[in-house]
Amino acid sequence: MSLIDQTAAELLRGLTSREFTAVEVTQEFLDQIEHHDGVVKAFLHVDPEAALARAAAIDRKREVGEPIGRLAGLPVAVKDVLCTAGVPTTCGSRILENFHPPYDATAIAKLKAADAVLIGRANMDEFAMGGSCENSAFHATRNPWDPRRIPGGSSGGSAACVAARMAPLSLGTDTGGSIRCPAGLCGVTGLKPTYGRVSRWGLVAFASSLDQIGPLARTAEDAALLLEVIAGHDPRDSTSVDLPVPRYTESVDRPLADLKIGIVPEHFGEGLDAEVEAAVREAVKVFESLGATLKEVSLPHGKYAVATYYVIAPCEASSNLARYDGVHYGRRTDLKEMVAELATQRKQLEESGDRAALGDLDNALIRMYRRSRSEGFGPEVKRRIMLGTYALSSGYYDAYYKKAAKVRRLIRRDYDRAFAEVDLIAGPVTPTPAYKIGEKVDDPLSMYLFDLYTVGANLAGIGGISVPCGTSSDGLPIGLQLQAPTFEEERLLRGARMFQKETDWHEKTPELALE
Amino acid sequence: MSEAPTPYTIVIGLEVHVQLATRSKLFCSCSTEFGAPPNTQTCPLCIGMPGTLPVMNRAAFQLALKAAVALNCEIPRFTKWDRKQYYYPDLPKGYQISQFDLPMSCNGWLPISDPKDRFEPKRVGITRAHLEEDAGKSMHDEAAGKDDSRIDLNRCGTPLLEIVSEPDMRSAEEAKTYLTELKLLLNYLGVSDCNMQEGSLRVDANINLHIEAGERKIATPIVEVKNMNSFRAVERAMAYEARRQYDVWREKGLEMGGPGGHKTTRGWDEESQATKEQRTKEESSDYRYFPDPDLVPVLTTEEQVEAVRASLGELPAALRLRLEETYGITPYDSDVLVNQGRALVDYYSELADACGDGKLAGNWVQQDVLRTLNDRQIDISRFGVSAAAMAELIGLVKKGKLTTSRGREVLAEMLNSGKSAEQSIRAIGIEEVDESALEDLCRELLQANPKIVEQVKQGKTKAAGALIGQAKKKNPNVNPGRVREICLEMIAASAQ
Repeated sequence: MSLIDQTAAELLRGLTSREFTAVEVTQEFLDQIEHHDGVVKAFLHVDPEAALARAAAIDRKREVGEPIGRLAGLPVAVKDVLCTAGVPTTCGSRILENFHPPYDATAIAKLKAADAVLIGRANMDEFAMGGSCENSAFHATRNPWDPRRIPGGSSGGSAACVAARMAPLSLGTDTGGSIRCPAGLCGVTGLKPTYGRVSRWGLVAFASSLDQIGPLARTAEDAALLLEVIAGHDPRDSTSVDLPVPRYTESVDRPLADLKIGIVPEHFGEGLDAEVEAAVREAVKVFESLGATLKEVSLPHGKYAVATYYVIAPCEASSNLARYDGVHYGRRTDLKEMVAELATQRKQLEESGDRAALGDLDNALIRMYRRSRSEGFGPEVKRRIMLGTYALSSGYYDAYYKKAAKVRRLIRRDYDRAFAEVDLIAGPVTPTPAYKIGEKVDDPLSMYLFDLYTVGANLAGIGGISVPCGTSSDGLPIGLQLQAPTFEEERLLRGARMFQKETDWHEKTPELALE
Repeated sequence: MSEAPTPYTIVIGLEVHVQLATRSKLFCSCSTEFGAPPNTQTCPLCIGMPGTLPVMNRAAFQLALKAAVALNCEIPRFTKWDRKQYYYPDLPKGYQISQFDLPMSCNGWLPISDPKDRFEPKRVGITRAHLEEDAGKSMHDEAAGKDDSRIDLNRCGTPLLEIVSEPDMRSAEEAKTYLTELKLLLNYLGVSDCNMQEGSLRVDANINLHIEAGERKIATPIVEVKNMNSFRAVERAMAYEARRQYDVWREKGLEMGGPGGHKTTRGWDEESQATKEQRTKEESSDYRYFPDPDLVPVLTTEEQVEAVRASLGELPAALRLRLEETYGITPYDSDVLVNQGRALVDYYSELADACGDGKLAGNWVQQDVLRTLNDRQIDISRFGVSAAAMAELIGLVKKGKLTTSRGREVLAEMLNSGKSAEQSIRAIGIEEVDESALEDLCRELLQANPKIVEQVKQGKTKAAGALIGQAKKKNPNVNPGRVREICLEMIAASAQ
């Protein structure tokens, strides 16, 4: 078996037993990137020399018997939203095109400490806003199973590169489904941890109260390994929770006994593709065959989840993105052009005698802000900044943000009540398999509705995992989502592993097209 | 007050920002020291670098708590952080972390009184005191002929306590006294150094007038006054603004809530000693406050508040009373001493205890010690004469061994040489002149000055002053009072 077809666990065994070296592993994945990323376009930035140098250094450490980290020699792709010292961190945005952070995100620091090989920066929807990876300012990523289709988003590059065997592991972030959705659409395993499980220090914020970093991998076992490395309390993130990190890798193989699985009838209602429904119901039967019992549970406020999410997330985003104004952060507009533009406008207004308009004309600072932000942000980001700014404005705050915050508490309470009765909730990840690139770009509302099954976990702060559970008649992957109470990642991983022992959906590999 | 009663009541509320005396900033570990080269006291967090997250500085919260408890505030069990959003180049995140609807303290009061009795003692209500981070500093067009702006982010993220008073002050003097007392309290608590020059205390005022116009009570539009760089400037700006508002009311009749009666902002102009209207936008700014999702709420227990209360120590108001009761000094004297800060009060107490005369000790401290501190621009910790050495000197004056003015010469020598009072007396050649030598000297003087003797005999005892001058020339160690006494006695005896 070629190296790129092996799971992270298998690669680690081979590296440990000196069957092959980190350089060889890294080289094979780099070759795969070189051959296929022209079509898939999963990466924004790959530095083969740096990756190989790092791999060589780790090989040396291993040779001389120095202590080595948990991921020693394993390539890991990273969503381009995690600050990495000296490496471009664009967030898929023109406005951060030239941003090279001087510091490492905690998750990155932990990867480095674990001797991972950072193999490349994965593409994403701009500032993680989107579910298709089409909102990247640089290029759309394609689904490895069908390059005409989206890989899902916003961690589209992170999912596509694992599916396309360009990296055994990757990090994504999930604000409303951004790990689980692309994992489902690309046929890989993706876990969104409980809010507070992984430090957000160095994660360029989209919506601070919802964002969470998580692993994408081929198997639950591999996801357990990566999560174990990045999880834990961080004094630099006030919202990270000070709870010990379980040894996910040790427990992942133990099946869950007396498992009670909750089914939410609303998740199987209108809008759900018949093939997706069939695959998910079939997956649930697998658990039943392993002794699990099923129980219907209700999430009565689930129908408000998308609306709630699309108030809270834009509100926070409008604030988090205020710093990209061309003064300290963000690409600044061409000042000469700007000054000329203002002068022309002033002259026109003076000539026409429109004194009111003249009085309203931007001063240079305001015009610099306006132009820098207009030029730097893409349409979806602008849409959300405007939504959030509006919702937080005086007179609207109570009706939007405050109301949404209240509904959010109700959604959280729904989950608490449901988890009093069941161990896991099982359901679909997305309403349909991957759609075609361009299909929904003019219909933001239908894009937003694509998050229907995933945003609840972010609003409630709980964890969720997406595992491959079927293939559509078009040959596209279908995902199963499991959700668990807060800090029960162990349960998610063991449940996913139980399923993967019985099925082989996660072993399927796309036939990659060549350019 | 000396002026005629005014036909209006002045209503003043003050918003004071003080920089907390923490070593590090509110949400990162950068230093808060003043005066470092621009942009050297910064890190990714306080310059708003993407991906960074704030973590509250416990020490800052603790200091704020101390101030709030000392200001008799209620301390809610739960407080949170909010983002105040606006665009400005010295605010790199595009928002300031502050507290909006649930501040860390509210509903307190600060007692003020005037040692000169210009107003009745009163409590000024404290609406709220909350924590927030400071912004950076913008410097515009500093280089001549260059139309540029520069930003220094050293100050960014420095912890500030914003203390908002109720509109309880009724005169410029009350406003000034409130500020003086607040500053003193915060100094005593070690909460802030309140240095206005370095910007660690900033004041904005809201002022209007309540006018009795026949049956009607009228309120003039509220004016916010900014740019006051000293307490004296506040006092003057308030007095100016009261007169101005009254004149404007008489001329135009503007009322709060009526047409043209909206709140305006004016800046104090030191040069012209006047307030000037500042350009303000028609619509009030919308800061789009919302809870900061990067920070967790702060919970405070009753026990924590009580622990803070127990740690406050003796505060200025109580200290003044104690000095008056213990040493028998006047409220005016205790006010002067307490206003100098705890260290000086300690010096005074030690001195008063050692020399056994609180009043005399008070005079020496207020006149000679304070003058020296002021001349040399030092504080009491660097004053070269210990309380014990000072007590020895005062003891000599009290016993009549030295006159006050010779005592001052001795003190000057003690300050210069670091010697004791006795040693200094010897060093500058002061010797006690014995009584018979003194009588010889006086006799000699009377013989040489028959005119003066004659004048004194006619009742002009003042004329004897000239004799004292001559006596001092002949022997600088004579006690002038004694010379005068002896001369008068001798003249009186010769007249019989």
